[in-house]
Amino acid sequence: MPRDEVGILSEIKKNYIIRKLEEGKRGDGRSVDSFREPIIQTNYVPRAAGSAMVSLGKTRVLAGIKIELGEPFPDTPNQGVLTTNVEMLPMAFPTFEAGPPSEISIELARVVDRGIREGKTMDLQKLVVEPGKKVWIVFIDIDVLDYDGNLIDACTLAAVSALRTSVVPGSTAELKDFALPVDNIPVSVTMVKIGDKMVVDPNLEEEQISSGRITVTTTQDGHVRAMQKGNIGYFTWDEISSAITTSQRLGKEIREKYLKV
Amino acid sequence: MRKARKIMLPGDPLPEGSLKPRSGYYKTEEGYRSSYFGVLQEGEETMDVVPFSGPYIPRRGDKIIGKVIEIEPSMWVLDINSPYTTLLHVNDVPWRASSGDLKRVLNVGEYVYAKVMSVNEIKESWITLKDAGLRKLEGGEIVSVPASKVPRIIGREGSMVKMVRDSTFTKIIVGLNGLIWLDGIPENVIVAMEALRIIEEEAHLEGLTDRISKYLESRKGDIVGNSQ
Amino acid sequence: MGTASDIKLIGDDGLRLDGRGLDELRPIKMEINVLNRADGSSYIEWGGNKIMVAVYGPREAYPKHNQDINKAFVRARYNMAAFSVDERKRPGPDRRSQEISKVLSEALESAIMTELFPRTQIDVFIEVLQADAGTRIAGLTASSIAVAAAGIPMRDLVVGCTAGKAGGKVVLDLSKDEDNFGEADLPIAVLARSKKIVLMQMDGDMTLEEIDQAHSMIFSATDRIYQIQREALESKYTVDASQWGE
Repeated sequence: MPRDEVGILSEIKKNYIIRKLEEGKRGDGRSVDSFREPIIQTNYVPRAAGSAMVSLGKTRVLAGIKIELGEPFPDTPNQGVLTTNVEMLPMAFPTFEAGPPSEISIELARVVDRGIREGKTMDLQKLVVEPGKKVWIVFIDIDVLDYDGNLIDACTLAAVSALRTSVVPGSTAELKDFALPVDNIPVSVTMVKIGDKMVVDPNLEEEQISSGRITVTTTQDGHVRAMQKGNIGYFTWDEISSAITTSQRLGKEIREKYLKV
Repeated sequence: MRKARKIMLPGDPLPEGSLKPRSGYYKTEEGYRSSYFGVLQEGEETMDVVPFSGPYIPRRGDKIIGKVIEIEPSMWVLDINSPYTTLLHVNDVPWRASSGDLKRVLNVGEYVYAKVMSVNEIKESWITLKDAGLRKLEGGEIVSVPASKVPRIIGREGSMVKMVRDSTFTKIIVGLNGLIWLDGIPENVIVAMEALRIIEEEAHLEGLTDRISKYLESRKGDIVGNSQ
Repeated sequence: MGTASDIKLIGDDGLRLDGRGLDELRPIKMEINVLNRADGSSYIEWGGNKIMVAVYGPREAYPKHNQDINKAFVRARYNMAAFSVDERKRPGPDRRSQEISKVLSEALESAIMTELFPRTQIDVFIEVLQADAGTRIAGLTASSIAVAAAGIPMRDLVVGCTAGKAGGKVVLDLSKDEDNFGEADLPIAVLARSKKIVLMQMDGDMTLEEIDQAHSMIFSATDRIYQIQREALESKYTVDASQWGE
């Protein structure tokens, strides 16, 4: 994530955070392995087919779903299409720039997309109107409005919440409107490494002093559907293995508590 | 097959024993590790991992060859076969030049043999021409070799380059940054350049001095002005 | 991942479509110094993958406002040639290749001692000439020896391999069919000796136990691939440098 004169933490603050972490404490009072309490408001944008505003601490993202008729990909004539895009808006952070997507926002969108796609969130075969010719295309667009760390998890949570409330506008094709068939609920959990500590759901300051980042996306069966190591730094196998266990545990908790699965 | 010294890869442990690592290594909890792909050179008391190639990074006191690439009102900017350019201030040259008229004494594209005066922590450096033997290089040819090969080209107390110089009747100045200036009769310069190329390619092998000496002997007939 | 259930990826004999055992690698060949202008270069053939890598740098970072006064930054550019895949790929970076470029840059930067070269950048150009599953890992494995050959200091070589799940089994080094029709794909790259993980991605469907099994396969495969990297580097300097008579 961005580091520059706007983002760089003073040495004093940095050392303070690291010292606290060694005692197992974080600036906002959380333990190293706990998630900020997400606030999810669905149907935030009624004009969209589905939408959800998600706050994770001071991070705020808004996912909107649009569903339109279109052509399937030639190699998957019997499937609807899913696309995911994330806009890291300049309003969200001083170093976010307008213009073509950066590598950071492309990675972000693709990690969110993989969790949803590989998590088999919805059965794309149920989104076919005419095989090979006409299918429903589900556009997931996510605006990052305010940035205080952990965009991957905030965006995944927003996208999944928005999909669950989405309605396929069948009436635009002389069919009936129907709820988007959502089968699975993928939840991503991201951790960063600070010193030798694994820190769950990092805020901005924690991201800025961290080295490697690891995201593990699971579904309600506890299976892993997507993983991504990012940033400069490394993990041992034991750290990865415990990250998977942490993600399974927190995924279950988030699904039950905030997604009411 | 010629005997090579021990080849090291990044991360390879340095041999344990009495020799103190001096360069090309880093320290881990388990011991010293090589930072480079290169050869292990063991001296009397110390050992170095010398990379086969790699960039030149300026160090204070190094005598190097640089090429002027830009002229500013009171200084020259020079390329020194390095990721970093260096600067030469008008006060550090032996000629008089007034601000804005620097190109009269030293123009873009010309080479100098200079000494690194200072380097700061972000690798900005200044060079000087005010010392014995330092000068503008006029005429001749410039060849470049990886900076890591320069110690072999110079040889123990300058023996290698002296041998090439003496056998080819060619003036040779070796910059520590891997740029080498040669001047003399064209036929001879070519033999000298060939010899330098062999040194560069075989720098990591044992018995180099012997081989170069034999090579130069074998080319004796091509040397102009060799009265024997 | 596709769902073509009519393709049987593991035969009744327990072997894979291409005749390999579950933890068998495809043939791998590597060579360094294959290009003239680059500061370091390499070529790798891994199964049907053919990939060329060139390293330039460290060189002055450009534009200047990108310079970091504390270190060099590493910029890997993964690119697929238009003719590298069955259907012509439109030239230029797409989202997939940009993401891969990012994770490869980060993996390499995790091994390179960038703090020695403030204000510079190290460019690593990875050109996939023919793609046959596992291009990012093959490209990264080749990049690491090209960086070493450029004389750039590193803590260790980076070496990787993929594993995944196909036909219900955990398998090493996915083939193209297994990649397309299997259940999961898990590329991992490590620092060769310490096995610290510098790249990891996964997509598909696996349990923790399966991932654990896949990681063991990958870790032991990286030892074998590391030997091939070592030979590629060492052979350039030991085989012969003696066209000059004794």
